[in-house]
Amino acid sequence: MNSKQKEILMRKRYSAEKRFKFFGIFSISLAILFLCILLFNIFTSGLSAFFKTKLILKINFDEKKLGINMNTPDEAIKASNFNEILQDALLNLDLLAPDLKKIELIDIVSIDATYELKRFYLQNKDQLNKIVEISLTLSDDLDQLYKGNFPRDIPEDRRRFSDFQLKVFDEQNSQNKIITEFNFSFFKNADSREPELAGIGASLIGSLLTILVCLILSFPIGFLAAIYLEEFAPKNKITEIIEINVNNLAAVPSIVFGLLGLGVFLNYFYLPRSTPLVGGLVLALMTLPRIIIPCRAALKAVSPSIREGALALGASKVQAVMHNVVPLALPGTLSGTIIGLSQALGETAPLILIGMVAFINVVPTYPIDPSAVLPVQVYLWSESAERGFVEKTSATIIILIFFLVLMNSSAIYLRNKFEKKWS
Amino acid sequence: MRKIIPIIFTLIGLSVIAVTIAQARDQLKVTGSSTVYPYSTVVAERFGKEGNFKTPVVESIGSGGGFKAFCAGVGVDHPDFTGASRPIKKEEIELCQKNGVTEIIELPIGNDGLAFALSVEGKDVNFTKEQLQRAMAKEVLWGGKITTNPYTKWSDIDKSLPDVKIEVLVAPPTSGTRDAWDAIVMEGGCNKDFIALKGNKKKACTEYREDGAVIEAGENDTLIVQKITSSPNTFGYFGYSYLIANKDKIKAAQIEGIAPTVEGIQSYTYPVSRPLFLYAKKAHANVIPGFNEFLAEFTSKNAIGTTGYLFKVGLVPNSRETEEKARDIVANLTIMQN
Repeated sequence: MNSKQKEILMRKRYSAEKRFKFFGIFSISLAILFLCILLFNIFTSGLSAFFKTKLILKINFDEKKLGINMNTPDEAIKASNFNEILQDALLNLDLLAPDLKKIELIDIVSIDATYELKRFYLQNKDQLNKIVEISLTLSDDLDQLYKGNFPRDIPEDRRRFSDFQLKVFDEQNSQNKIITEFNFSFFKNADSREPELAGIGASLIGSLLTILVCLILSFPIGFLAAIYLEEFAPKNKITEIIEINVNNLAAVPSIVFGLLGLGVFLNYFYLPRSTPLVGGLVLALMTLPRIIIPCRAALKAVSPSIREGALALGASKVQAVMHNVVPLALPGTLSGTIIGLSQALGETAPLILIGMVAFINVVPTYPIDPSAVLPVQVYLWSESAERGFVEKTSATIIILIFFLVLMNSSAIYLRNKFEKKWS
Repeated sequence: MRKIIPIIFTLIGLSVIAVTIAQARDQLKVTGSSTVYPYSTVVAERFGKEGNFKTPVVESIGSGGGFKAFCAGVGVDHPDFTGASRPIKKEEIELCQKNGVTEIIELPIGNDGLAFALSVEGKDVNFTKEQLQRAMAKEVLWGGKITTNPYTKWSDIDKSLPDVKIEVLVAPPTSGTRDAWDAIVMEGGCNKDFIALKGNKKKACTEYREDGAVIEAGENDTLIVQKITSSPNTFGYFGYSYLIANKDKIKAAQIEGIAPTVEGIQSYTYPVSRPLFLYAKKAHANVIPGFNEFLAEFTSKNAIGTTGYLFKVGLVPNSRETEEKARDIVANLTIMQN
């Protein structure tokens, strides 16, 4: 082989390396591009959901119309009807409105507006018989118009709101009576069929409760199983079969666990349907193999010299494992667990069968209250016909991504912080 | 490790509590069709807002799945109501009876029409059921013989149709919407000679072509709306409520000369219309709190009437007589006759 041949060979090797590098960079940038498109898409359509549009309305808390007085107890106020004063105020927006258009005036605000008035009055009882300016939630159609998600320059019969409503809305807007404020109710409210009222409060709590149940069950069981399998179990046919099964279970489609949950927890144990308790149980079953596998890997990664050193100094096997090996493997097991749980957080399929894909209007407080979870909320809203749910869907995805990023980065943080380097 | 054991015990304790709590129920449970879901949820929400009862839980698992859960038995573990976009089948009634659900209340709550829609930028079209079937079927009758679908453009089927490529987005086989479309358009518009040549099997009419002209778009109707908005010559079918919620972006084609309007769907002159039902378990009446009141709210003028709040979210109301009949059924808790 002369020097020329060598040079050609060399060049070939270099160009092969360059090609490999190029393909690597290309595929990574492609992945980043798609991720960026996805995030851009979600953020542009979702950010507006964090704000809501309100109308400032002059309300006359007339005691005759409300049928209450200064001494009325709270219970009676809650039972009284605030609709009349609300309708009066809305009809005042256009006194010349013909009878047929009056219903359109009343439809300008959300159906929750009368309850907003009630809540306001319960906190400000001194306002009786006074005229007060209160901001009330607009109906979702006008809210979407104001946010620019619904076009206004199209024929009336293709719009969700009438010319008359548009005229009244523009008048109020020119008088600065239309305001935008941060949508706290999005984080506080439960699901609703009125897009302007719908919130993720219930599903957020539902997700937390579900993950909590899942964590309490799957971490100790998975962790102990991993320690036993890795450190104590004899290496024979039975443990081999168990190992194969654990690996298999990790690859089973998640809906199968939902079927199992339906059959065992609901139909046999009669646990309550649609609850975080059952959801957590099902997700724990799903997460178990996904915790056992990284836990075993973390234990395996601990250098044998640690174990042998402890045993040589007279420690028993349990002492060697619990005092020496487990503390060193802990960062790896923690990050494995967190990643397993973040997978469980994003699951919908197994929850369909145990009744968590449902409209639930009440924020849960215990794991046995009916509840939805965040990914289910995304699924349900993306199915809804109303325009207002489009931004809500994206906003929920933003929150879900936020939690996933939080969990995954805490996994990385924990691993880096507690990991001991060996030299 | 010592810390973990009490946690496990607490959890076992919790589940025991859960079991005891599950014995009594003060919250109504509705299940069933995803077409009825948007309406039952609106009623449930208003019902809860009045403050006398908890808001019912409404699940969306499909008409068939709903009947399965509904007919599984009587008692607090089983749902009280199920929504359906078709009448209950004989086998389902039998299943119900086998499990002790002998008294079923059937309520007609309204109607739904399937819109065959396209982007507002597309041209207005009028199809016949036969033309739609010919465009979407896997095999058609062509020159007296059965061949794989030869049509690539709508104008190949009939000169009056637009000169654009056939592209239709359809729901997956699990969807009730697809069942309704297949029964009315694909079977109803099927050529008689074709059925005869296939040995009288109507199944062959409902097989969709697989050459890319018919695209399965998934269960999500909002997605179909978005897709047909972005390409003006693509068609898709879905429930009427999606049409009116998106009428700034899409419009419906006429079928047999009739557009899907409230009047057309209500009178069934629009061919692709279907009735919607709510089924209730009489055994739960006066047992689960709020049962009778929920039915009364659902059938009230305020809800299913011609100007009711369900009309605003896209439910096509029944005729006045049917509406009155539904209220009568609720007032007397009349059970259905099989």
